[in-house]
Amino acid sequence: MADLADMQVVDKGLEKAVAGLSEERIQEVIGSVLSQAVAGRLKLYLQTCVHCGLCAEACHTYVSRDKDPDFAPVAKVKDTLAVMLKKKGRVDAEFMKNAARVAFVECGGCRRCSMYCPFGIDIATMIMTVRRICSLLGVVPQYIQDTTNSHSATSNQMWVQPDDWIDTLIWQEEDAQLELPGLRIPLDKEGADVLYSVIAPEPKVMAQLIANMAVVMNVAGIDWTMSSADGWDNSNMAMFSGDLEIMGRIERVHWERALELRVKRMVMGECGHAYRGAVYDGPKWLGWQGPPLPMIHAVELYYDILREGRIEIVDKLTEPVTIQDPCNIVRGSGLHEKLRYVVAALCDNVVEMSPNHEHNYCCAAGGGVINCGPPWKLSRLKSIKVKAQQLGRTGASLCITPCHNCHHGIEDIIGHYQLHMRTSFILELLVKQMKMPEGVRG
Amino acid sequence: MYDFVRGPLVWIALLVFVSGLLLRLVWMVKTVRRDPTVLPAMTLRHSLRSIAHWLIPFGSRSMRTRPFFSAMSYAFHLCLLLLPVTVMAHSVEWQQSWGIRWWSLPPRVADGMTLLVILAGVLFLLRRVMSAEVRNVNTPLDLLILLIVLGPFATGFLAYHQWVDYQTIIVLHIVSGALWLITIPFTWLQHMFMFFFSRAFMGSEFGAVRNARDW
Repeated sequence: MADLADMQVVDKGLEKAVAGLSEERIQEVIGSVLSQAVAGRLKLYLQTCVHCGLCAEACHTYVSRDKDPDFAPVAKVKDTLAVMLKKKGRVDAEFMKNAARVAFVECGGCRRCSMYCPFGIDIATMIMTVRRICSLLGVVPQYIQDTTNSHSATSNQMWVQPDDWIDTLIWQEEDAQLELPGLRIPLDKEGADVLYSVIAPEPKVMAQLIANMAVVMNVAGIDWTMSSADGWDNSNMAMFSGDLEIMGRIERVHWERALELRVKRMVMGECGHAYRGAVYDGPKWLGWQGPPLPMIHAVELYYDILREGRIEIVDKLTEPVTIQDPCNIVRGSGLHEKLRYVVAALCDNVVEMSPNHEHNYCCAAGGGVINCGPPWKLSRLKSIKVKAQQLGRTGASLCITPCHNCHHGIEDIIGHYQLHMRTSFILELLVKQMKMPEGVRG
Repeated sequence: MYDFVRGPLVWIALLVFVSGLLLRLVWMVKTVRRDPTVLPAMTLRHSLRSIAHWLIPFGSRSMRTRPFFSAMSYAFHLCLLLLPVTVMAHSVEWQQSWGIRWWSLPPRVADGMTLLVILAGVLFLLRRVMSAEVRNVNTPLDLLILLIVLGPFATGFLAYHQWVDYQTIIVLHIVSGALWLITIPFTWLQHMFMFFFSRAFMGSEFGAVRNARDW
């Protein structure tokens, strides 16, 4: 039984879209999406699925919701895509509203269920296809649609205006100069070794992370630059709202900016979905074989500069620390060992969550779920009790989260479930615990 | 009746099974060739790596988290695949019909294995009915498919022990076996061969594209 409280949530985006939706239009859109080449694989999956239910236990929403069968991944497909296929798109607006709730709020596409299906059925892609259909029909939760609108108008996720962006960089440069006198944040430097890109929430609400990275780049002696023009934001919420046209457009802007600046590689901050967008979904949609330049996630950068001795850690944390494995850089890119190398350099007492690595539970925030905004916050937190229990069992006082979505998701979990724990990006620890050049810091 | 089911019916069933299977394969190849994201992602090494981990008993965490179910499932599938080609009565048939000499299992072992298939099948059936998350996604058709799978084993077991009229039960045995073969390409029983392809893709997608493990 789906949660009644969730079914009564009023989301203006969904309500408005559903009110003006005709069944002919629904049928037309479903028909066009499901007749495309990529849908063939999904039909094969649906014919192969033996309805064994083994995917259920893999899903954090199912486990967290006291094993409510409607939250099993197979049930989410059965209630959405399978019906659309069976009825050849002849479903009504109310059905689409329900499908949108399931696809946007009750699944973040973390792909853990695919690792528990004996056949490796790609359930997340099926749910993302439902989101695609919802997006074409305009049946998208208001808050996540707003981020897509922002991407469309400004290229970045949070309506950051060009003057605000440059102003923020200058402000952060000044802040970083307090740590490291004479430091610069080089803008639009052609031919630099590294172009550093961030997600728009950084200038908007966590600007100090930019100053922190400026300090690390300078101490490590990296030839780097940031972009003053569009393309500085690497986030891509359109990938999750189902607006693939905008998704492709902003990935193109992102990569073209790097190519214009003739940099050798792109480094991105601690974000998981941005990495996925830039490395996998974007190039795939654009018809490229892969990214045009190497894309290095912050975790890999830290790993490289620590291993090469370009920065030195002088102060290690002794408190118990645990590590969140973000789906998009661990299940999605196998960075768990490098992540542990970096954390071990910073912390003496690492307590692993169980299960971890590729088998770690999702944060319930990523995949666009947290971006569905306040109307769905309580639902999201109900769906992630298992993570709260997992965190609680570690007895750690700090959870390291190298992903913005995990960071905010776990912050919410800590608040809601009253865990005695805080959360931190690696960068925040790195900048406090590394050795600064002679005479700079006491 | 016996002559018909032993002769033409078996050939028809085999023909439908093989041609249905081939049609499925052709359709699958056509489908994935149309999709530009599938074949470029695939590598032999990562395909085999994934298939191996999911064929070896307890080779995946998914299997390790539910040891009893995994053991039953493993025994069920192994016996189910071995029995039709190694049971003595079938070997005798082949020798009489085509003169092929073929190794067969000791009858008592085959009998035990048949019982195991039936027992595991009944447990699966109960699980599909009793367990909430499975019942939620199961239709009467799913249960019927499972019964079709168990048919040849139940009738084979009865035929071997000759507890009921042999002529009747042997006809039922052949008919249920034919039904099983015919059903495979057109229902989820096709996982028998689709397993290898869906696993190969996911193994490659996780391994080659995303540098991660899928077991």
